[in-house]
Amino acid sequence: MDKMPKWADIVLIPIISLLLAAFFSALVILAIGENPVEALKLMIDGALMRSAGWGYTLYYATNFIFTGLAVSVAFHARLFNIGGEGQAMVGGLGVALVCLYIPWPHWSLAILGASVGAALFGAAWAYLPAVLQAKRGSHIVITTIMFNFIAAALLNYVLVEWLRPIGAMDPASAKFPGATHLPSFQDMFSTADTPMFRGAPANVTFFLALVACVVVWMLIWKTRLGYEIRAFGQSETAAKYAGISPVRITVIAMLISGALAGMMSVNTTMGESERLILNSTEGAGFIGIAVALMGRNHPFGVLLAAILFGFLYQGGAELALWTSIPRELIVVIQALVILFTGALDNMVRAPLEKVFIALRRRNV
Amino acid sequence: MDFLTLLQVLDTSVRLATPLLLACLAGLYSERSGVVDIGLEGKMLAAAFFSAAFAFYSGNAWLGLLAGIGAAMVLALIHGLASVTFRGNQLISGVAINFLAAGMTVLAAQSWFRQGGRTPPLEGAARFNPIELPFAIGPTEAAAVDRPLSQLIAEANPLQQFYSELISGHSILVYLALLTVPATWWLLFRTRFGLRLRAVGENPAAVDTAGVSVVWLRYAAILLCGVLCGVAGAYLSTALQAGFVKDMTAGRGFIALAALIFAKWRPVYALWACLLFGLFQALELRPDIIENVSGIKVQVQLLGALPYILTVVILAGFVGKAIPPRASGEPYIKER
Amino acid sequence: MTAPAIELKGISKAFGPVQANKDISISVQPGTIHGIIGENGAGKSTLMSILYGFYKADAGEIFIKGERTAIPDSQAAIAAGIGMVFQHFKLVENFTVLENIILGAEDGAMLNTSLGNARSELKHLADEYGLNVDPDEIIENLSVGHQQRVEILKALYRKAEILILDEPTGVLTPSEADQLFRILDRLREEGKTIILITHKLREIMEYTNTVSVMRRGQMTATVKTDETSPEHLAELMVGRKVLLRVDKDAAEPGASVLDIKGLRVVDDTGVERVKGIDLNVRAGEIVGIAGVAGNGQSELLEVLGGFAEGTGEIMMNGAVIPLSGHGADGQARRASGISHVPEDRQREGLIMEFAAWENTVFGYHQEPEIQNGLLMDNKGIFSEAEAKMQRFDVRPPDPKLAAKNFSGGNQQKIVLAREIERNPDLLLIGQPTRGVDIGAIEFIHQQIVSLRDQGKAILLVSVELDEIMSLSDRIVVMFDGHITGERDPKHTNEKELGLLMAGITDTSAVAGNGGNDTTEQEVHADG
Repeated sequence: MDKMPKWADIVLIPIISLLLAAFFSALVILAIGENPVEALKLMIDGALMRSAGWGYTLYYATNFIFTGLAVSVAFHARLFNIGGEGQAMVGGLGVALVCLYIPWPHWSLAILGASVGAALFGAAWAYLPAVLQAKRGSHIVITTIMFNFIAAALLNYVLVEWLRPIGAMDPASAKFPGATHLPSFQDMFSTADTPMFRGAPANVTFFLALVACVVVWMLIWKTRLGYEIRAFGQSETAAKYAGISPVRITVIAMLISGALAGMMSVNTTMGESERLILNSTEGAGFIGIAVALMGRNHPFGVLLAAILFGFLYQGGAELALWTSIPRELIVVIQALVILFTGALDNMVRAPLEKVFIALRRRNV
Repeated sequence: MDFLTLLQVLDTSVRLATPLLLACLAGLYSERSGVVDIGLEGKMLAAAFFSAAFAFYSGNAWLGLLAGIGAAMVLALIHGLASVTFRGNQLISGVAINFLAAGMTVLAAQSWFRQGGRTPPLEGAARFNPIELPFAIGPTEAAAVDRPLSQLIAEANPLQQFYSELISGHSILVYLALLTVPATWWLLFRTRFGLRLRAVGENPAAVDTAGVSVVWLRYAAILLCGVLCGVAGAYLSTALQAGFVKDMTAGRGFIALAALIFAKWRPVYALWACLLFGLFQALELRPDIIENVSGIKVQVQLLGALPYILTVVILAGFVGKAIPPRASGEPYIKER
Repeated sequence: MTAPAIELKGISKAFGPVQANKDISISVQPGTIHGIIGENGAGKSTLMSILYGFYKADAGEIFIKGERTAIPDSQAAIAAGIGMVFQHFKLVENFTVLENIILGAEDGAMLNTSLGNARSELKHLADEYGLNVDPDEIIENLSVGHQQRVEILKALYRKAEILILDEPTGVLTPSEADQLFRILDRLREEGKTIILITHKLREIMEYTNTVSVMRRGQMTATVKTDETSPEHLAELMVGRKVLLRVDKDAAEPGASVLDIKGLRVVDDTGVERVKGIDLNVRAGEIVGIAGVAGNGQSELLEVLGGFAEGTGEIMMNGAVIPLSGHGADGQARRASGISHVPEDRQREGLIMEFAAWENTVFGYHQEPEIQNGLLMDNKGIFSEAEAKMQRFDVRPPDPKLAAKNFSGGNQQKIVLAREIERNPDLLLIGQPTRGVDIGAIEFIHQQIVSLRDQGKAILLVSVELDEIMSLSDRIVVMFDGHITGERDPKHTNEKELGLLMAGITDTSAVAGNGGNDTTEQEVHADG
């Protein structure tokens, strides 16, 4: 028998972990002399009470869905892809090249092209760590960390030496052509009388992210490849017995993971800044880890967790604007979520399991 | 490149290698006991902030050092709680600790000093200042004859140049870090504690059935790791630089980790690995030297990535195979 | 009468919802060998782990030499004079013998003094009990038998008066096992108390003074060994009379299905495990490979199953199959008519976290019949799984339950159902009944025999000599990567096979004549 019912594993534990993280975050806010209740109010007010707030929340959520899915797919193969940040950066390069050098007639085609570019570049950046892990046993956590640093250097180099328009000062590419402009939520949902999502960066890429959730769900639970990825993730020896090639699955899972991480930059680079800038990822690759842990590596869970983190991100920006609480509060909350839902999982789980076993005993 | 330039580069290498070495040895204790630690970066960062903050308040670098060690040990305890007591995923715990430090240091710095996530600059006794060894040409001699130190050294004989430029004039923490290497070797390979520590990283069940507590040993190792990370962080903010700035570790914890792998988890090799990586970082500051020597104009950005690229090459196993302690990364669970 | 060396009173222990030990009381006299026997999962190892402080009992008391003693951890057990040799040795493999022996029992903080003292003490112990091992050798360079000696020396170095051995002969050759028992006898003469956990009735009958039987967490009986019989013990273990014989007709072998010529296998560490063997298996026969664990049988199965590489030539139904590179994987093997029940079902044969239904296509998941366009036909797989579980009497018959939640025997039935129902030409089967309860053993053996009767070729690998003898139509013995002999089970005996298993090919002295009386199968129960 399982020690506790499935719903407790999927719902109860993440919620308890989240409450613990929230509690400690509140302590942190208290410690720096602010009122956590006020802070929460401000966050909700700024992120959820107006359509523009939602426009930011969903914009961030879009990033986190992609990076969260990226981490999840790798987790299913028991690979810890900590390199989403670098893969997203390089994916941004793919988006920029596609947008700058291909004359797109319409955004709908451009977004497809940009997605392919982002996915290819992101996947390419994950390829080497994957191959090194699969063939030479180089620990993928360390190599992907290194690749994050290398990606940052590479992007810096490319922007400064190649893509920066002549005469421009900041390390950024030229503005993308107008045809590649993606419709924002404001463009899509505002009517003449009621402006909606005014000025918010959320754009059509959000729906691409939703499609990605569905596709990943089908991939993992309905296809042979997903079956092999999960089998390999659970037991490498068993996978070998079944004729599943560890090298192949490691590489494929990481390519998919890298592609998903890369696609995040369709949202940031094409949807928002409309040019390639140096730090467009803003740590979203790392937040993917928290999102995947919290969402229990399930696309639906990832979606919910991504929206939660979108809210935290936007709320955090509001806090930084109106109070003396710096945006780094979000980094702390993110750390606490990773800590409680990931590393300290057993701390939450063990007492709960005891409760469920005791309940079952009483019922018998 | 002349001899003196070489000495200057090596001198910078030693300075830059010191935090790597301390962090690398910190990681060595942890990983030798079977606990993987990718949170070296976070522990160093937290220590860097708390050292700078306390050194600033107290005006005493030593009190700062203690505070830094304390901060790193708190994070080390969290890692111990997650990876030993609750047998969680050590990698995820490390990631969480890195973020916790990255966020908390800025929050605390902003709350205490309101200078955009940095501490005020440190001066005088709030820093670990260079020590002049006997017979070395240092600032005292330069002040006595009222000439620039660089001129005096340039005029000295090569042996004196070597001694004054490279050996003398580091902060006490540099010498301490170098001493940690033989101390670690001795502790690991010549004492009972070392035998048990190495055993618990190879086969914790053997240690457990021999009547020694796996939990205690691993906590001891993790705390030692915290202490050394604390010194490394304090060195960054109170010796190498004069104060804390946001994210000042800048990936050093990860380079230290790479050096540990390169060194195959051995203390003396760790010294060489860290000196090598220190040299890379020193050259990054002086790209002109490479250009002069090799005649190739190097891109600064790519030079900055060199340690990471080399680490990947090392990890790929093209430079000898690195076999970690067998139980590393695995929480110890008594079999059912 | 002297106080018992150990007395346990009312020991109980639960792991979550599972009651592993229930109100167990036992008393062992000093200077005796006391056997503990029971089925898989009966709670023997749990009980001994409690005695060694590895687990904490929920209730009960422990008395050592008449004194009540609390044993919260292994340290307390060592202090109370208890030593334990676990089934899987607890040695640090890249340490020397000496370092392993002093670990946790050092004299003072400096290593050199401890090592010096231990060296002379070790020499003394070696002379006294005939336990010779090179103190400076690295553990991983020692044979299994010698590693076990190190474990015994560790206990003696800690002045153990009570020695617990958990399934000590599982990994030993018959002659190594003989040496072990000579050492144990010597220890008994010196007044030490020995507790022997085993599932081998022969060892119990030959070497113990008293024996306790465990069943489902409870102690069902403690008897003097001279006053009992194997049949009686078996009955006590399972609670009913069991048939210890496999009923089968003589084989009618047909054409050769599998032909192996000059097969060599080198493992990941560069050690040659299979050193050039020739072997064939014909349709309608069971070829059993006997041997002590670790003599190349596992690697042979792995290469045949496609998850290790080798060199040489293997023909399946007359066609050469690749041994490395492309086409040398599990799926290619399945396509060429080979099914494989692997030795370690939990690490290889099943994905423990997957539901039973998902496991019923494991390895066959690429087959076109179970696809539905781009997706897998999960509905079809599920209903087929339900039917399979009925046919193979898997309990509980719930395809949604994760594999880890089934007992060992039922897990094995899931694997068997999957592999047998593919209608293979050749079935590879390793350790078919390891960790399987007696009821399921009968079922599994019947399935293997009936597959043979359908004219299939079967290659059986088992470290249980009795299983090999009762199931096989032909016995091949492996030692150190070589085949040391082939025997007809009707014309051999355990002694002869034992010599072959130890690499001694001159068996004329003990050559069997109608060893039919030895085909009786032992009751399996590993702790």
